[in-house]
Amino acid sequence: MGVEGIGARVARKEDKRFITGRGRYVDDVKIVGLTHAHFIRSPHAHAKVKGIDASAAKDMPGVVDVLTAQQLVDDKIGNLICGWAVSSKDGTPMKMGAWPAMAPDTVRFVGQAVAVVIAETKNQAKDAAEAVVVTYEELPAVSSMTAALASGAPQLHPEAPGNVVYDWAIGDEKLTNDAFSKAANVVSLDLTNNRLVPNAMEPRAAVAEYDDAEEHFTLHTTSQNPHVARLVLSAFYNIAQEHKLRVIAPDVGGGFGSKIFIYPEEMVALWASKKVRRPVKWTGDRTEAFLTDAHGRDHISHAEMAFDANNRILGLRVKTHANFGAYMSLFSSSVPTYLYATLLSGQYNIPTIYAEVMGVYTNTTPVDAYRGAGRPEASYLVERLMETSARQLKVDPAELRRINFVTQFPHQTPVIMAYDIGDFGASLDAALKAIDYAGFPARKAKAKAAGKLRGLGFSCYIEACGIAPSKAVGSLGAGVGLWESAEVRVNPVGTIEVLTGSHSHGQGHETTFAQLVADRLGISVDQVQIVHGDTDKVQFGMGTYGSRSAAVGMSAIFKAMEKVEAKAKKIAAHLLEASEGDIVIENGEFKVAGTDKAIALPMVALAAYTAHNLPDGMEPGLKEGAFYDPTNFTFPAGAYICEVEIDPGTGKTDIVDFVAVDDFGRLINPMIVEGQVHGGLAQGIGQAMLESAIYDDNGQPVTASFMDYAMPRADDVPSFRVSHTTTLCPGNPLGVKGCGEAGAIGSSPAVINAITDALGHNKIEMPATPGRVWEALQLQQAAE
Amino acid sequence: MYETTYHRPASIDEAAALFAKHPEAKYLAGGHTLIPVMKQRLAAPSDIIDLAKIKDLIGIEATSDALIIKAATTYYDITQSPAAKKAIPAIVHLTSVLGDPAVRYRGTIGGSIANNDPAADYPAAVLALNATIKTNKREIKGDDFFQGLFSTALEEDEIITSVSFPIPAKAGYAKMRHPASRFALTAVFVAQTRSGEVRVAATGASQSGVMRVPAIEAALKANWSVGALDSVKISADGLMGDIHGSAEYRANLIKVMAQRAVEAAG
Repeated sequence: MGVEGIGARVARKEDKRFITGRGRYVDDVKIVGLTHAHFIRSPHAHAKVKGIDASAAKDMPGVVDVLTAQQLVDDKIGNLICGWAVSSKDGTPMKMGAWPAMAPDTVRFVGQAVAVVIAETKNQAKDAAEAVVVTYEELPAVSSMTAALASGAPQLHPEAPGNVVYDWAIGDEKLTNDAFSKAANVVSLDLTNNRLVPNAMEPRAAVAEYDDAEEHFTLHTTSQNPHVARLVLSAFYNIAQEHKLRVIAPDVGGGFGSKIFIYPEEMVALWASKKVRRPVKWTGDRTEAFLTDAHGRDHISHAEMAFDANNRILGLRVKTHANFGAYMSLFSSSVPTYLYATLLSGQYNIPTIYAEVMGVYTNTTPVDAYRGAGRPEASYLVERLMETSARQLKVDPAELRRINFVTQFPHQTPVIMAYDIGDFGASLDAALKAIDYAGFPARKAKAKAAGKLRGLGFSCYIEACGIAPSKAVGSLGAGVGLWESAEVRVNPVGTIEVLTGSHSHGQGHETTFAQLVADRLGISVDQVQIVHGDTDKVQFGMGTYGSRSAAVGMSAIFKAMEKVEAKAKKIAAHLLEASEGDIVIENGEFKVAGTDKAIALPMVALAAYTAHNLPDGMEPGLKEGAFYDPTNFTFPAGAYICEVEIDPGTGKTDIVDFVAVDDFGRLINPMIVEGQVHGGLAQGIGQAMLESAIYDDNGQPVTASFMDYAMPRADDVPSFRVSHTTTLCPGNPLGVKGCGEAGAIGSSPAVINAITDALGHNKIEMPATPGRVWEALQLQQAAE
Repeated sequence: MYETTYHRPASIDEAAALFAKHPEAKYLAGGHTLIPVMKQRLAAPSDIIDLAKIKDLIGIEATSDALIIKAATTYYDITQSPAAKKAIPAIVHLTSVLGDPAVRYRGTIGGSIANNDPAADYPAAVLALNATIKTNKREIKGDDFFQGLFSTALEEDEIITSVSFPIPAKAGYAKMRHPASRFALTAVFVAQTRSGEVRVAATGASQSGVMRVPAIEAALKANWSVGALDSVKISADGLMGDIHGSAEYRANLIKVMAQRAVEAAG
């Protein structure tokens, strides 16, 4: 490892501009002639749109135009798509209602747009929006899955009878039922996985510009995957052909999954820019973010685990209802199926699993991938079940896990996933040591003497990252391939530009990706520039989500680097009159091994571009590209232990200690990895203790601002103790697994396991707010 | 936000004159309530009259009997004031758990009291200490000032100039923070006046805003101790119940916060 190579704690190159306020975000884009869009949104959760009268608004100061949903239909702009086809267990395809970018006849959630005002200023657009008269005929709404599935419930979409999108299953039902019939013990649990609002710091935004002469669009947008946005916008939405649409995702202030999807606002901004022949900007405010950014989670599950007399797991049976909201968002169908149920084996040897998932429409904001996407729901279910089982079977929770750990790799689970490598016992041992597990009873007694209830909870999570290979995800219904591309350009003076299809919106790619290049060539990261987020610069890419950028994106760079190095070595060998096989790369020089003959990288690069003296037949230049398609998912895993103290007077829970031991394979930049874990843990703790998106019975959001939606603050979380064990991933050349989501996936069960341990019973759901914990304590006292 | 005209008067009289001239005007202090409401287009004052920079409205002084805080003094300045710390440490503690640093640098005591949010912190101190609210027109006792949710004895054009807190024999404040807003989910201010009267006020709990708690006052009057409240029962009738806590939970918090406030008061 060099000082700036793989494994070094290199300070983030991008932070200078972020910390000094010089990042360039979509809302910073200024174009001559810019107009501003403001959407008119439904105040009702379910209603017929009977009419829109914009005549008064069109005459107001600064108004360029008012465009309605019907005009969008008339211009044949396509409906929003769901890019992953999932079929019900009876083989029927999922039943999807149409989702137009603005609703021409029916609105199905509060915040759905019906029209847009384009004006010279944002304020003028808002003023005019108040003068647009929309006549609605209210319809009964369903805001919960229970209400949506009740007989006689209001129907959202004629295509989906009973509000059911699909009734899907995975695993072997008969084998699983047989296992339960032979069980010595069965433990069951009902769980709610609460709905979350992503709340990236930067709200979504779009700036669309249409060049009449070239018939060409440019879209600046807050996207985690600008190439996928361009593909979908051109292939499905009939807005522009791919070569006539440039999508730029500049600095993006956080995504957490919510900026994967192509939203109505981007589509409308593009379409409107051509309609009004002026550039159009839309920047969402926080209320619009609460109402329209795809939400996360929202499952209700019943789970049962069968054990033999020796406490070995015989089988797992799960029935989950997943709330999709009012429409099927881009990857929503895959989240509670292939990203969730395929992880239900956890870290354990489970001979047979049967899981059924019913997807349900409700009159709420659409739900899609949010940090972890399906995997937090799986780990919450499995780890809550393991802890509950340990308590019921009267086995130490660490011991019950250890008895059932997968220890032989590769390991084929009964739910598609084949784990390539891991050492679950090592992570658990390290976590037990770090928390001083043996000392817990004494700490609990001490807390009790001080009037506090102390509890300890485990979570031994596993997740799947780098979602791959393309062929496999294609066979499961994915509409896209999930490889990544890279191009390495060595400039004539020896500096390097790396073009990547990954997209950084907080992950630090400009540093970590440069570290890979620095490591291989023995140069400084300052010599390397990472280029991303622009479809005119990078040929293609799949973007960043699912903790895939190291395992897939960097592997593509690795492959391109290998090609660059091979050509550079040929040139160096030619110039040094040595054999190509004798050339080694060290400290930015190409050396003839065992001699003092060497030539520096800039000289090799210059030779490649002057082309005065290249080997016979060699093309000039030093630039190579690669596409990398992995052979398997990667499987980050770890052991988290949370220790809490509850104040019985107020129900307030303090996390007094939190130990996270993760196996992410090789770490590129441990400082950045720790930051990712800290952020993930805070989000998981937020889900466990604070956050919840709530609707009333009429589908009105109750938590549509930070006054009621509780985001975790610094003083809500402890000083985390983070460490690592390592098994190198055999599936990619770097041995990396991915670290972006683990914290959010592993932490919420650890917190609730600790709280239920302190309470002495299981009757509490996330978020375990002080009010709920206090109510749970009253239940216990009433029982006593 | 709708268009508005911003004024920064140099004196209280100038501010009042501006208000008289612009009937649709609003006074602005720290702006933590008015500005968000304006941004949501739920308020449309024609003119904004900023009081926060008027020198006569800023400052803290303590006499032998009272702690006098001028209305546009920021929370931050109150937390840093040696005079306030010496006179009524419970007021300084209350201020230190109000909002977050960004809020405390800008928010003002006069703004908080004039707004009378049912979960704000200062109303509990004003009521428990029966502070005197001085305005550009008159003096109003704490007992007469708060008149239900977001409603006070202030007239539209009236400006709070200072708040005078009588220095108590003992006082304490304990707050359970609302998990999202950091207002009081329920907080209680307990005070024993120098003449031996016990006054207790709870904020964040009642459906009608800050309130006295007679049951706790009686128990503490008989015996100023944490244990004296063990057997006190607080009714949930009339208390708020919402997604952050039931009325029963808030009733419990009134008692628990009162006990902790007594403990803090010593």
